[in-house]
Amino acid sequence: MRYWFPYPLLSLALLMLWLLINQSLSPGQIVLGSMLGIAFAWAMVNLQPDKTRLKNFGVIAVLAGRVAVDVVRSNIAVMGVILRAGKRPVNSGFVAIDISLRDENALALLACILTATPGTAWLEFDRQTGVLLIHVLDLENGAAWSDLIKRRYEAPLKEIFE
Amino acid sequence: MSHLTDLPTWAAIPVCILLLLGSAITLIGSMGLIRLKTFYGRLHAPTLGASAGTILICVASMITFAVLQNRWILHEILIIVFVILTTPVTLMLLGQSALYRDRIEGKNDVPHKATGEQPDTSGMDI
Repeated sequence: MRYWFPYPLLSLALLMLWLLINQSLSPGQIVLGSMLGIAFAWAMVNLQPDKTRLKNFGVIAVLAGRVAVDVVRSNIAVMGVILRAGKRPVNSGFVAIDISLRDENALALLACILTATPGTAWLEFDRQTGVLLIHVLDLENGAAWSDLIKRRYEAPLKEIFE
Repeated sequence: MSHLTDLPTWAAIPVCILLLLGSAITLIGSMGLIRLKTFYGRLHAPTLGASAGTILICVASMITFAVLQNRWILHEILIIVFVILTTPVTLMLLGQSALYRDRIEGKNDVPHKATGEQPDTSGMDI
């Protein structure tokens, strides 16, 4: 089973992508999409990406909800900062966070989350020391930010990937 | 333009609101490029367009064509997904190069690496 379907989730995602692009649910497209999904999963074996297993699907839903709320909230906050930038000096700064995630896919997802929420920008991650450097636009105090990211994102990502 | 006149009012109102909101947010994000004064601050501004702007405009497009063609239109979801997946790449490249340069030039407001070697500046002429 593992031999024929090396990355079942990837194949499924490619099938969904194919059906979405073609805007159809006809049996022909489903067959073609599945064949493409499986073929590309084989091609992926040669690239030898890190294998990760998703563990906790309930936590994924919680995390997705949290990210959606944070995207809305931080969009509003950053708009406020930009519109008030003329009158009030922007208090931005760097925050260094000790991250214990090592899984590549988890880190990639964390990067997507931090980038998708305006106001935080991923700058650098040091694999040896595990220190993540981010830049925060509206910095009130650094310790609170590092705490927030550890609690809100790192903990659920750890549960999902490790 | 015959398309748009076919759109019934009950659909046109939410579509307009979403479009205006999305473009306003993107505009504010672009204004941020001028109003924020530091490079790192400017990194944040375009993400407004990449997150909320893209999502709102894509949802408006989904509603418009779903109503006009009378079926579910979902491929705008792919635009949202790919924009969110790919923005970190550009942002990290820009951020890291700025960080690297500031460290070599010795600007005092940039944090140094916790441990590990400092970037080798000998023989570099910046």
